[in-house]
Amino acid sequence: MQAEKISITVTVNGERRTIETFPHHTLLEFLRDQLGLTGTKECCSQGECGSCTVLMNGRSVDSCLVLAVEADAGEIVTIEGTGSPGKLSALQAAFAETGAVQCGFCIPGMIMSAGYLLQRNPHPTVEEIKEGLDGNLCRCAGYSLIIQAVKKAAEAGE
Amino acid sequence: MAASQVGSSLKRVGGVERVTGTQQYAADIRLDNVLHVKLVHLDCARAKIMAIDKSAASRVAGVRFIMTAADLPQPMPRCGPAYSDRPVLAVGETKYFGEPVAAVAAETKDAAEEAAALVCVEYEELPAVLTIEAALDPASPLVQDPAIRPNDPLAGSNILKAWAFDRGEAGNMSADCVIENDYTFPMVTHFAIEPHVFLAAPDPNGVIIWTPIQHPYVLQRVVASALEWPVSKVRIIAPDPGGGFGGKGWPKFEPLVAFLALKTGRPVRLVLTLEETFQAVRRASAHIHIKTGFALDGRIAFQDIAADFLIGAYADVGPRVVSKGSYAACGPYRTPQARIRARALLSHTTPSTAFRGFGTPQASWAVESQLNEAAEKLGIDRAEIRRRNLPAKGEAFIPNDTPADGDWVQALNSATEAIGWEKPLGKNRGRGVSLGLKSSSTASASFAIVRLHFDGSASVLSATSDMGQGARTVFTQIAAGELGIDPGRITIVMGDTAVVPFDSSTSASRSTVFMGNAIMKACADIRMQLQKMAAQVFVLAQDAITVGGGLVRTAEKTWTYAEFLGIYFGPPRGEVIGVGSARSEYLRDHPLGGKPVFWEMMCVAAEVEVDPETGMTHVHKLVLVSDIGKALNPRQVEAQDEGAAMMGLGHTLMEHLILDEHGRILNLGALDYRIPTIQDIPLDLYSILIENADGPGPFGAKGAGEGGTLALSAAVGAAVNEAAGVKIRDLPLTPERIWRAVEERRKRVVTSNQISMKEG
Repeated sequence: MQAEKISITVTVNGERRTIETFPHHTLLEFLRDQLGLTGTKECCSQGECGSCTVLMNGRSVDSCLVLAVEADAGEIVTIEGTGSPGKLSALQAAFAETGAVQCGFCIPGMIMSAGYLLQRNPHPTVEEIKEGLDGNLCRCAGYSLIIQAVKKAAEAGE
Repeated sequence: MAASQVGSSLKRVGGVERVTGTQQYAADIRLDNVLHVKLVHLDCARAKIMAIDKSAASRVAGVRFIMTAADLPQPMPRCGPAYSDRPVLAVGETKYFGEPVAAVAAETKDAAEEAAALVCVEYEELPAVLTIEAALDPASPLVQDPAIRPNDPLAGSNILKAWAFDRGEAGNMSADCVIENDYTFPMVTHFAIEPHVFLAAPDPNGVIIWTPIQHPYVLQRVVASALEWPVSKVRIIAPDPGGGFGGKGWPKFEPLVAFLALKTGRPVRLVLTLEETFQAVRRASAHIHIKTGFALDGRIAFQDIAADFLIGAYADVGPRVVSKGSYAACGPYRTPQARIRARALLSHTTPSTAFRGFGTPQASWAVESQLNEAAEKLGIDRAEIRRRNLPAKGEAFIPNDTPADGDWVQALNSATEAIGWEKPLGKNRGRGVSLGLKSSSTASASFAIVRLHFDGSASVLSATSDMGQGARTVFTQIAAGELGIDPGRITIVMGDTAVVPFDSSTSASRSTVFMGNAIMKACADIRMQLQKMAAQVFVLAQDAITVGGGLVRTAEKTWTYAEFLGIYFGPPRGEVIGVGSARSEYLRDHPLGGKPVFWEMMCVAAEVEVDPETGMTHVHKLVLVSDIGKALNPRQVEAQDEGAAMMGLGHTLMEHLILDEHGRILNLGALDYRIPTIQDIPLDLYSILIENADGPGPFGAKGAGEGGTLALSAAVGAAVNEAAGVKIRDLPLTPERIWRAVEERRKRVVTSNQISMKEG
C-alpha cells in the first residue's frame, strides 16, 4: 500500500525547496525526517501540546495536524529560522536569560507561539500571554518564568 | 569571581541550545542504516496469547524482522531493577494494556506501522485485576506466575511485598481524640513532554543503547543481565532527557531494542507515541486507611496507618516507592507510637514506577489531612497544631534514624506569614497549610572525574542526567568555584557509560549532594596534585606552594594553570585527573537499607476560591517554602519548586487515569488527560528558600526539586474544605467531585432545616 510521492515547493526559513513527500505525511514529519529540522518537537501528535508549533504563511500551526502537501507553495518558519546560538532572537535571548528553560523540550514550540503572539500584539498583558500560550504544555511547569520571558522580549521590542 | 559562583543564579548551561532547537534529544539522533520499530499490543489488559501470525505483516515492503517471544532466548529473559520479572516481550499472556507481544522492525516508520497493524494475534481475553479490592480478593487471578518468585511466601497472592514499620510500644494505642478515615490517591502518569525513545546498535564491543535514561548505570546492569553479558560490553548513551520526573529512571524497552539490534545486526529506533508512553509509566495509586490519636492539646499520640499501593503487572521500582513512602509516612512530626502497614499490590495495569515524590505524596495526603480534621475537632488552629508537633532541629523524631536536620518551624512560620494566614478571607475562599517530608537517598554512590586540561580548561565527567533540574549548571558552578576558573572554560560531560564513571542514579533529589560532593573532592584532588607537582618542579616544600583561584603560587611567583602545566609537562603536554566520590553506607539492619542523608522538607500554603455553582477551584495564592540548606543556584531551585508544585496541582485537582473493565486507559493521550496549563498557575506564587547551610552537600546544600509534590494536596484540600465547606478524601478534587459534595451538603442542610421546622 505504498502511496505515490508528491512534489511540493515550500519556503522553509527563507529557503525555497522543491521536495517529494508522501501525501499522508504531516508537516512535522516532513520537517523533522525529510529536512532534518529537528528543533520542532513531537509529543502528542494530536494538536494538544503545542510542541510542534511552527509558522505557516505567518500563522502558528501545530505541524502535527497539517499535512506536508498542505504547505505546498507556502512559507514555513521553524525555531531554526528565528535565530541561532550565535544570533539569538529577542525572545530566545529572553527565554535563556530569565531561566524559563528547564528540560527545554517544549521551548521551541513555546517560542514559536510566543513569537506569533508578539507579532499580533507587541505588548501583551499577562492574561493575553496566558491566552497566547495556553496551547503549549510545559510539564516542568516553568510557566511563571515563561511569562516573564515573554514580557521581557516584548519590552525589548520584538 | 570563582568563590561567588555558588549561590549565584548562573544561566542554565544548555539554555542557548534549548531555545534555538539545537539541543539534541534522543529522538533527534540519526543513525545510518536504521530500522524503525513499532510495537504490537492488544486491546485489553490481560489475554492468553494463542497464536501470532506474522505472514501478512511480513509481506509489507520494507519489513525486515518481526520479533515475538519465540525469537528470544528460552526461557524468556526477565529483567527489572529489584525483581527480575518483566519479560522482554509478553510470553504466553499479556499482563497490562500496552504490553508488547511483538515488535516489527522495518526500513521506514510507515512500513513498521503498517506491518504492526497486520500482525495477527489470536488471543483470549482473561479477567483482569484492576483495583486494590480486586488485587486483595483471594478469588482473583494471580497477576504473576508464582514460579518467577520462588521461595517467596507471598508468591501465592497478589501482594508483591508487605512491610511493617513500628515506632514506640506497638501495643495498645489510645488517645483522647481519635480520628479514623480512608483516603485515596489516583493513578497518574508522568507526561514528560518528550515521549520515551529507545535506540540500539550492535557495536564491535557489544551493544550501544541511546535513551534518555535518568540512571544510565542501572540500565547498563539490567541490559547486561538480560543479555548475560559483562557490563563492559553494554554502552549506554543517555542524551539529556526532555523531562524525566522518575518516569525515565528505570529500564523499560531497552532490553527489547538490544535484542532487536543484535538479531538484525542493524541499528534500531523505537520512539513511543505519547499514548504508548502513558501505557509505559505511571504513579502507583493508593488507598490509605488511617487512625490518628491526639492529646487534647493537639499533640499526636499515635498513627495507625494501613497503606495499599496498586503497583502494576511487574515490580519495576514500585516496591521501593511503597517502602520509602510508607516508612516516613508520619511526616515531619514527633510520633511516639506508630504502626505502619504497607503493601505493594500487583495488578494488570501499567507497571508503576518512580514519580517525583516517590510514595510521599500519597501518604502525605492522608496524614496531613488528618491533622486538619484534628485541628477542627480540637479547636486548634491548623498551623498551630503542626507547630506543636514539629521536632526541633537535631531531634530524633524517628528512632534510630537521621534526626530533624532543619528548622521546620521556621519553614512553617514563613509559609503562614507569606500567605497572610490570619487575614480575613473573602467569600468562597479558603486557606490550607501542609508539610511534606521525604526520605532522600539512602545507600548510594556517586563518582566524578575532573580533568584539568593543559590549557587550564576543565572537563567534569559525571553520570548524572540533566533532565531539566539543571545539574550541568550547578556542577559547572561547583567546579568553577573549586578550581577557580571561568564557568565558560568548563564542560560537563554526561550520560555515556564508556566515558563517565559510576553513579547510582539521578533520583531522590540526590545529585547536588552526592555528585556535588564527588566533584568537590575531585577538584580538591586536582589542587593537591598541582601542589605536589609544583613542589617537585620548583624543588620546594609542598607547603610553600598554594593552589587556588586558578593560580599556582610560590612566595616569589604566580602561574596560571596553563602556564604551570606548560612548565611541568613541556611540549608533549598532559593533564591532571582528579577523582572524587561520595557514598552513603548500606545498612543491612535499617528498614530502608540506609539512613536518609538528608530530609527533603517542604511546606506549602495555599489560598483558593471554589465556585459552588461549578465546583471549579482557582488557586489564588501559593506559597512554597523549601528547607534547602543552601541554594547553589536559587533561580533553578525556585523553578524546580514551582514545577513540582504545579505537578502536585495536577494530581490534586485534575489528573487521573481512568480504566475501563478491560483494563484499557480511557483517557489515553493529551486530548483527554488534563495536565496543568499556563492558565492554571496561581495568580500569586511565592517560593521561599530556607538557607541555614545545614545540609550534607556542597556549602551546606540539601537536595530539592520534589518538594512541591510532597505537601501540596493536603494544603489545597484544606483550602477547598474551608472555601466550600466540604471534606473530600479522594483525589483529584475535580469540579464534579466538589460540585457533588456541595450539592449533597445543601440537600442535607435543607433536610435538617425541614426536620427542625417540623420539630419547631
